[in-house]
Amino acid sequence: MSAFVFLVEHDRGAIAETTLGGLRAAREVAAAARLDLHAAIPGTSGDALADEVATHGPAGIHLLHHELLDDYGPDAWAAGASQLADSLGATAVAATGTDRGNEVLAHLAAVRDEAMVANCLTVSVGADAWEMTRVRWGGSLHERSSLTGDLKLLTFAPHAREPEPVGAGDASTATFTPTLDAVHATTVVRDRTETAAGVTLATAPVVVSGGRGVGSAEGFAPLEALAARLGGVVGCSRVVTNNGWRPHSDQVGQTGTVVAPDLYIACGISGAVQHWVGMMNAKHVLAINTDAQAPMVTKADWAVVGDLETIVPAILAEIDRRHG
Amino acid sequence: MRVLVCVKRVPAPGARIVLNEDRRSIDTALLGFAVSPHEECAVEEGVRIVEQHGGSVTVLTLGPPEAEEQIRAAFAVGVHAGARIEAGPEDPDPVATARAIASAVQGLEGAAGPFDLILFGNESADSGGYQVGIRVAHALGRPIVSGIKAIEIDDGAMTVQRPTPQGAEVYELPLPAAVAVREGINLPRYPTLKTRLSAKKTPIELVTTDAAEGGQRMIELVPPPEDTSSVQILGDGPEAAAAVVDVVEQLVSL
Ligand SMILES: Cc1cc2nc3c(=O)[nH]c(=O)nc-3n(C[C@H](O)[C@H](O)[C@H](O)COP(=O)(O)OP(=O)(O)OC[C@H]3O[C@@H](n4cnc5c(N)ncnc54)[C@H](O)[C@@H]3O)c2cc1C
Ligand SMILES: Nc1ncnc2c1ncn2[C@@H]1O[C@H](COP(=O)(O)O)[C@@H](O)[C@H]1O
Repeated sequence: MSAFVFLVEHDRGAIAETTLGGLRAAREVAAAARLDLHAAIPGTSGDALADEVATHGPAGIHLLHHELLDDYGPDAWAAGASQLADSLGATAVAATGTDRGNEVLAHLAAVRDEAMVANCLTVSVGADAWEMTRVRWGGSLHERSSLTGDLKLLTFAPHAREPEPVGAGDASTATFTPTLDAVHATTVVRDRTETAAGVTLATAPVVVSGGRGVGSAEGFAPLEALAARLGGVVGCSRVVTNNGWRPHSDQVGQTGTVVAPDLYIACGISGAVQHWVGMMNAKHVLAINTDAQAPMVTKADWAVVGDLETIVPAILAEIDRRHG
Repeated sequence: MRVLVCVKRVPAPGARIVLNEDRRSIDTALLGFAVSPHEECAVEEGVRIVEQHGGSVTVLTLGPPEAEEQIRAAFAVGVHAGARIEAGPEDPDPVATARAIASAVQGLEGAAGPFDLILFGNESADSGGYQVGIRVAHALGRPIVSGIKAIEIDDGAMTVQRPTPQGAEVYELPLPAAVAVREGINLPRYPTLKTRLSAKKTPIELVTTDAAEGGQRMIELVPPPEDTSSVQILGDGPEAAAAVVDVVEQLVSL
């Protein structure tokens, strides 16, 4: 049987949150295509992940060892995966469609001059062509595509499948040493800056988000207070960052951060598709808007119609009245 | 410094995306057009780099004649030259797009000298293939890193930063190089009336290429499942505060 290689993503030994979901998707596609699933783990810092990866069903695990793989580098990771694919006679390589996953697969595709399909949701295997649905416009539209080529390259949209361990973990584990040279070293991480950890926008349980309707940088003070009271953080729309009211790191949406909090409170945000795709996975949405017909209002779970300038302070006052 | 920025004209949909009957394109009758915010920032970054180090910025797009609107928008914020690769109404696949861009870059470089830096958006707004820039860079034999939110150039070398959940990764690239940037790397300037007027007069070079297709073929576009949630209006104005806190109490411990 020929091989399907899945690239396991990690950061200096810390496994990427969405990689095992991608591994499960790869396992399902490999089974449909009658290919053996092989997991590639780049860098010695990833060696310790082999046991966990083994419980997700690969036939083989390959520890890619080279000093240029010890830290992340898209060129070097792609070359390592490419050489492993050749040594296994692989006909497909995949990863999860994260920043790194998409980047590495695109490098691999460029070097091999093969097509690469990013952010697939489903893949159906045909004799020659594979057919996939993939994410467009950050998720507000899907696309059916076909993929042909001797080496099929794709990424799975993050969370397209959730991880599912499948038992014993009797995969064989071997070391693979690719041949890498100075060309690949150009794009390896040289240095890092660390910022203080705290609740981040991407992981906060509550996001209180403001749009054009907030009106000014100062207008965000009550939103800040509400977010703090609810154990959450402030987010915003692109109009807000474009006006310089908030930093871009607060922007939710297609070209900002994707959030999935328990509660998303959208204050003065109309609900354009590019914003919506950034928060559509919130469990609950509360919209506050003067326009009862705004898409954010009609698509929310709950809405209050009116001026956020009076409504947000009233909510804060009511919380204080009840809870001190 | 000679800087090139690649931008793609895309529709700017509002609350919903409506498909045409052919299910291969979206209905743009009532829409404006834009480039991805990542690419807007790439244009701004190119202009800033040239303001600091001298040189010129060129914008390149592959698209229909209407895409010259996006080139002129770049002229209006300080870009010096523009070129368009002729294309039909349907997008070529990412392999063909990258081949056409790489060949056009070689043509532009043959005429006026190599670009020290080629800037791309991290991903295009509509198709989001995450690859055209990387393919072009490999075809031209230049290093590229994606997802970049800071660029510093000093004496022929470039340091770039990519944010991570814990901070940022730092890469050092020798020039000539390519970088795919993300929105947030800068805050793009607005055009002025004066720059908008002069942008109308700058000539745009037309390039034709015959790039071969790759193995990805779009079959049709599919709207994702509609959100069926029906909203519950909790009230009008500040009087709704009690009803809001009632639902918030169910979700958050206060
Ligand atoms: C390729 C592309 C990518 C994009 N990426 C993003 C992205 O990542 N994130 C993003 O947010 N946008 C993004 N956009 C922009 C997006 O299309 C919208 O322009 C933007 O989301 C609108 O922001 P807004 O809702 O704050 O402003 P508007 O659309 O102007 O809406 C303002 C809302 O506030 C309400 N309002 C006004 N005053 C009050 C008041 N006093 N009290 C209560 N309500 C009030 C109004 O009724 C209205 O609904 C992108 C666009 C493109 C083309
Ligand atoms: N038709 C095009 N014309 C010019 N540049 C493009 C085109 N398509 C893609 N690009 C560039 O390549 C980047 C990545 O595109 P993509 O691979 O489609 O996500 C975009 O942000 C643009 O900078």
